[in-house]
Amino acid sequence: MQIASMHFKERAHANMANAELQRNLHKIKGKFVAKRRESLTELDDFEATREAGQAIRQRALDDLDVWLEIFERNATARGATVLWAETPAEINAHVLDIARRHGARKIIKSKSMVSEESELDRAIEAAGLTVVETDLGEYILQINDYEPPSHIIGPALHKSKEEVADLFAKAHATPRKTEISELCLEARGVLRQHYLSADMGISGGNFFVAETGSVVVVTNEGNATLTTTLPRVHVAISGIEKIVPTLEDVATLMRLLPRSATGQSISNYVDVLTGVKGPGEFHGAEHMYFIVVDAGRSAVLGSELKEALRCIRCGACMNHCPVYQNIGGHSYGWVYPGPIGSILTPSYIGIENALDLPQASTLCNQCGVVCPVKIPLPDLLRKLREQQFERGLRPWTERFGVRAWSWLAAHPGLYALAMRIGARMLSWMGGNERLLHKLPLGGGWTEGRDMPAPEGHTFRDLYAKKARK
Amino acid sequence: MRVGLFVTCLVDLMRPSIGFAALRLLEAGGAEVYVPSTQTCCGQPGYNSGDRVGGRALAAKVVAEFEACDYLVAPSGSCSGMIKTHYADLFRDDPVLLERAGALAAKTYELTDFLERVLKLDAVPGSLSATVTYHDACAGLREMGVKRQPRALLAHVPGLKLVEMTECETCCGFGGTFALKFGDISTRLADNKCQHIAASGADAVVLGDLGCMLNIEGRLRRRGDMKTRVLHVAEVLAGEAGPG
Repeated sequence: MQIASMHFKERAHANMANAELQRNLHKIKGKFVAKRRESLTELDDFEATREAGQAIRQRALDDLDVWLEIFERNATARGATVLWAETPAEINAHVLDIARRHGARKIIKSKSMVSEESELDRAIEAAGLTVVETDLGEYILQINDYEPPSHIIGPALHKSKEEVADLFAKAHATPRKTEISELCLEARGVLRQHYLSADMGISGGNFFVAETGSVVVVTNEGNATLTTTLPRVHVAISGIEKIVPTLEDVATLMRLLPRSATGQSISNYVDVLTGVKGPGEFHGAEHMYFIVVDAGRSAVLGSELKEALRCIRCGACMNHCPVYQNIGGHSYGWVYPGPIGSILTPSYIGIENALDLPQASTLCNQCGVVCPVKIPLPDLLRKLREQQFERGLRPWTERFGVRAWSWLAAHPGLYALAMRIGARMLSWMGGNERLLHKLPLGGGWTEGRDMPAPEGHTFRDLYAKKARK
Repeated sequence: MRVGLFVTCLVDLMRPSIGFAALRLLEAGGAEVYVPSTQTCCGQPGYNSGDRVGGRALAAKVVAEFEACDYLVAPSGSCSGMIKTHYADLFRDDPVLLERAGALAAKTYELTDFLERVLKLDAVPGSLSATVTYHDACAGLREMGVKRQPRALLAHVPGLKLVEMTECETCCGFGGTFALKFGDISTRLADNKCQHIAASGADAVVLGDLGCMLNIEGRLRRRGDMKTRVLHVAEVLAGEAGPG
């Protein structure tokens, strides 16, 4: 996906002024936040389940190389081929190579965020092949000239029913529908033809299971089931970090994933795909490939941001983020938005390409408390801020200001004097209204807010005076 | 019981009456209050901006100033949260300071948490004839576990009626330097908060962190609301909020 993360501020500003988008973003609270809260009441001990989930993911990461080798061995033993992609470009090269090998002309695809990293769809089309997205949200975006997704589980969340109706009427050359059920039926009719005529299916992978060499795909539309079993060839693409040791582990994580994502106790479909179709078997692909992607992940694994790799892509952090809720996913400018995106984006595409993202959080920790695998998101954002500070990747005025404050606060005598002067000056500036409409060096504050004037004397001066009496 | 009062830099500069209210409440609960005169800042601005060195220097200063006390209490969930939950990270490479900071963290409290759970205050000096709504500031709520305590204490205030607003646990958009760096996003979050306050019908919004107070009050006034008061919970409890 084209990188636009350096334009975060401008994009956020524009998105906050977009009334249509703002209306659509409101859906998040009812659709995700409220439903998640309800669904958690079904679990006897959500906190214990979270801890179990955290432990499973951490165990996988701690010995990732070993689990990956076990996965490769078990997948290969069941007739699948495991391919490794070190870079996003290698994902596309592998896919085109597989398509050539099997003479595939038409490719259907269920949702894969990793394939967004490499702009796989465009690469397939550039090679003269046809690709059709089958996740309804992704399909909507594809027919809108490959508009980027704005949410990791609801890629077209930013679109209204009306916008989708317009798009369908145009792309399908059919009378404009207004009911959601009609729109779904229309999409189903179109997609069904593609399922039946495709030569190859590409899916993402929520988990790679080491002990069985399987890929687990979680959906609500059933599109992944068709994508992975109807065509002759199935290619599953996901990151190296998506490995879990056992199927038992998947069962535990599945108690967390749908609840955290959409507030469902279980998603409508959970596909566990293991090996190629055997002799006499009816279901499954004849050829199965896994593309296991690094693309920056192993560097994160060896860094202080490692915990971010526990992510199971539920989207709870963005759904609950007050910043995301107000600016939408497109503001973040790359594949992964919201709090987790503000950690993964600088890690995968370079911190210098995403300078605002680690700063674009109030550190309110709403993300941290809802994360099903207990990723300490604010702490990781702070670590990125430390890297920025150390590498001089923040404006010198900011670095100077922060250092000057810390220096001053370390010298109590001078500090007391500076605060005494500051309190008097700001109090005087507050006038009769007791409000400051402009602040020296504080334009960011006063563009939308006043600053209440201080009382005029510092606590320390008043306290010392009182003590002397 | 010797309680060290960490006034916080914002209260010192902007609203000393909150500091005196905290002092009065602690004394009302029978504590002997000690106010180190050299105290300044907990180090959070540096720490959250990525300046570990600056943050660590100020954290070491706070440890030295308060470790002799039986407790450290601050009228702020944000500053007490910094001391209790983040100093350990700052001193991760310094075993001696790590241990001292750990000992201080164990006896560090947000004001209402301390009044309610340790001093077990069941009467307060203040009274306020007003309907108020409570905003759960982020660090107090999610780092210090402050939720029930201020409400329990406010229930002792004669004349006061508490109504809950929608999304009382959602960030007001302050976020320290975030409010300066992303003024428009920060303002939008503050605006949402103001709408919820207005919808609650309360005469005042009460909370426990001055940074968030300045943000909310600043936005209320810019929106033209000169009436809704923004009060620190300590001011209300101590009776320093003025007439209702």
